[in-house]
Amino acid sequence: MHPAFSVIIFTVASGAGYGLLFVLALLVAFGALTPSFWTGFIGFGIAFALFTLGLLSSFLHLGRPERAWRAFSQWRSSWLSREGVLAVVTYLPAGLLALLFTFFDAARGVLVVLGLLSAICAVVTVIATGMIYRSLKPIRAWYNSYVVPAYLVLGLATGLLLANALALVFAPAVATTLQFASCLALLVAALTKFLYWRYIDTMPAFSTAESATGLGHLGKVRLFEAPHTQENYLNKEMGFRIARKHAAKLRLIALVGGWLAPAVLVLFSLLLPASPALVLATIAIVLGLTGTLVERWLFFAEAKHAVTLYYGGSSV
Amino acid sequence: MTSLPPLAQKQLGLVIDLDTCVGCHACAVNCKEWNTGGTSGPLTDLDPYGADAAGVWFNRIHSFEAGEGDASRTVHFPKSCLHCAEPACVTVCPTGASYKRAEDGIVLINPETCIGCKLCSWACPYGAREYDYDGGTMKKCTLCIDRIYNENLEEIDRVPACVSTCPASARHFGDLGDPESKVSKLVAERGGFDLMPEMGYKPTNKYLPPRQRQNSSGCTGASALPVVEQSADGLLGWLDRILSR
Repeated sequence: MHPAFSVIIFTVASGAGYGLLFVLALLVAFGALTPSFWTGFIGFGIAFALFTLGLLSSFLHLGRPERAWRAFSQWRSSWLSREGVLAVVTYLPAGLLALLFTFFDAARGVLVVLGLLSAICAVVTVIATGMIYRSLKPIRAWYNSYVVPAYLVLGLATGLLLANALALVFAPAVATTLQFASCLALLVAALTKFLYWRYIDTMPAFSTAESATGLGHLGKVRLFEAPHTQENYLNKEMGFRIARKHAAKLRLIALVGGWLAPAVLVLFSLLLPASPALVLATIAIVLGLTGTLVERWLFFAEAKHAVTLYYGGSSV
Repeated sequence: MTSLPPLAQKQLGLVIDLDTCVGCHACAVNCKEWNTGGTSGPLTDLDPYGADAAGVWFNRIHSFEAGEGDASRTVHFPKSCLHCAEPACVTVCPTGASYKRAEDGIVLINPETCIGCKLCSWACPYGAREYDYDGGTMKKCTLCIDRIYNENLEEIDRVPACVSTCPASARHFGDLGDPESKVSKLVAERGGFDLMPEMGYKPTNKYLPPRQRQNSSGCTGASALPVVEQSADGLLGWLDRILSR
């Protein structure tokens, strides 16, 4: 599948944004964060900026972005529509929570309810994002049960890395907890993606050129002549194959550089005072987000679509 | 509404005969000609006279080889929307632009509400939907909805453009929901099949397999003409004698 820049940015940025929202909302709900202007303004500000950037970026992927509002109508059947609705719904509790926490001295009970609601909305929205891909049968690298957990844990891990750096500045009391939590989330993320890659490398063929043409009873089927001389939309969108040859290296870069290295950095920062720890936490954010961008690029570039069987592919 | 309607009795679709298709692309050309001015037109071409010509087509003719050596076959393989009974391209649509008609099962796109998110093309294993880079919306086969119900046309012409133009009569149009229809009987008689049945999309369009090859073709049982022995004389005889030396 063609790794569209807008969709990669959309899923990585919104994943990190909802991950950070989830962490902040839970910290507020459990009373671990004392309401303060700067904690709220910077913390919730970054979370809102990230998932809003993601949603805006997803509009760039549309052929007719001015009609995007129509996408809220088909939540009964479409995961893309559900994702849109949930993303908008999340703004309500999360926006109220951010406002009350940052600017007002809200009652504890209100913050608990809004915090839990925001955390649930963040999780459900990321699940919907993953389900957009997980529900597509013609793409076997997506149509499996590793996809949604990977979206969740990568969103959580990148969100925790952000929360971790914020805590070092604004809420040292929860810093240690967040450092341990980010390490754990990064390790689970690395494990999930490792298992995912092993799965897609060894999964049996679901469809073949024989089943796509129904000519299997005659023997092995191969393309004799393509229907057109130049690439069409289908070849460009579904037939992406340029960098699959770099897949093994890119996987290693994401795994080691993107998730294991920041986990080690964060673990190491436990031994340091706040300012050097913040430097390591910042490097960890950059590494974690870069690794996740690489992972998301691979998620598209490595996925083979069944339509390639009509263009010379032998199995998907 | 992108939730699927209850399955109607009537299921209009095509039956494509892989035995008689000669791969001439006439169906694709006539499809393009009719539909570029039809309800889902234009079928935009980009750089049509340049080095990288590309454009929207509803119908594409692939050619495959199957089998090895003497037993191998070349099979021309036209492919357009199969108007599936369970089309995921419809249910994934976030706007309701993609829909399946309750009355005859035809799958269509509303060009006024499509946002061009391309998700329907990801959901279709058959490559039936193409993106119009110029218009920013998705396009697909309409089963020539503006022909088959068009009372301004002679009744004989109320079939999809691809069917009307096929010089080999390899394309048949009819109601595959009616077991007594000509197309349903043809499918039953010739062992018509679904493409990628494992996807579970239940395509309406069916393909008829190539017939068994006749290796003794051409033998009518009549004896060969006898070779006539002739002794030539005159000028031709003289030439024959000279050249035979």
